[in-house]
Amino acid sequence: MSLGEFRGRPVILAFYPEDWSPVCSDQLALYQELLPEFSRFNAELLGISVDGIWSHLAFAKDRNLHFPLLADFEPKGAVARTYGVYRAGDGTTERALFVIDADGVIAWSYVSPVGINPGADGILSALERLGSAKAG
Amino acid sequence: MSRTEWESSLTVPVSEQRDHVQGSADAPATLVEYGDYECPYCGASYPIVKEVQAAMGDRLRFVFRNFPISTSHPHAEQAAEAAEAAAAQGRFWEMHDLLYEHQSRLEDQDLRGYAEGLGLDVERFDRELADHVHAARVRDDFMSGVRSGVNGTPTFYVNGVRHDDSYDRDTLLAALQRVDA
Repeated sequence: MSLGEFRGRPVILAFYPEDWSPVCSDQLALYQELLPEFSRFNAELLGISVDGIWSHLAFAKDRNLHFPLLADFEPKGAVARTYGVYRAGDGTTERALFVIDADGVIAWSYVSPVGINPGADGILSALERLGSAKAG
Repeated sequence: MSRTEWESSLTVPVSEQRDHVQGSADAPATLVEYGDYECPYCGASYPIVKEVQAAMGDRLRFVFRNFPISTSHPHAEQAAEAAEAAAAQGRFWEMHDLLYEHQSRLEDQDLRGYAEGLGLDVERFDRELADHVHAARVRDDFMSGVRSGVNGTPTFYVNGVRHDDSYDRDTLLAALQRVDA
C-alpha cells in the first residue's frame, strides 16, 4: 500500500505504539466512533504500528475496529523513521498523528506523550482547515 | 509534560435549558462529566461524584453529558438513549443513577424494567428507543465532547477547564474547592 493511492483526498495517519495496550485501544475506539465525521471530509483513516499483520487482524476483530491497520513490521519501523516518530529504545513508535492533504503534503502533525490519548479534536480542526468538506 | 500544554476547555458551555443539571445555576463551582453508562471507570467514578456533591452542597452544580463509545461498549448507546428517553418524561437523574448502579444489566429488557420501575409511560419509552428519537441528542453531546478534548471516559471539566488530574474523591474535591474560593 502506498499513500499515493489516496492522492486526491486527505489521509489521517495515526501512529500508535502497540496493539493491545490500554491507551491505544481507547484512542482507536474513539476514532472508530468518528469514522462518519472523517468521511464527511472524504478523509481516510489509517492506523499504523510496528505490530505484524496477524496481530493487527486479531486486534481489529477483538476491538471492533473497521479501518485499516498498517503493519510497519518489515523492515521494522521504516515508515515511522521516515516520519521521524520511531522510538529506537523501545522498538515502537511515538503516538503521533499526521493529517496529509489531498496533494500528499503533511498539513498538520502532533506527537502526544506516549501514555496519553490525544483525542480527535486536533484531527477534526486540521480537516476543517483543509476546507475539503464535501457537501453531504 | 506541562499541564497548560494540555489544557482543554468546554466548547459548548453549560446550558440550563439543554443540559441535565443538578444544583443551582448560581453555584460557584460547576462539574461537567462526559460519561458512558457501560464504562467501568465511569461506574467507579459514579459514587465519587455523589460524595463530592454531598461535600460541596449548594456550592456545586453537576452536569452530565453522554459520551458512549459503542466500539468498546455495545450497550452504551442504547443506555444513553434510555436516559434521554427518561429525561423526556422528566426523570433523567433517576434513570442515570439506575444505569450506573446496574452497569452489567443494560439489555433492552433491563432498560424497560428500569422505566417501569420509575413509573414512566413505558409504551412511549419503548417507541422512542426503537425509533432512536434521542440518538441525535446523544451524538450532539458526544461531538461537543470530542471538540472539547474528551479522549476517554469519564472526562471531567471544572468550571469549563478539563480536569486532567486524578478523579479520586480528594483530588476532585480539591479542584472544585479551588474554584470555589
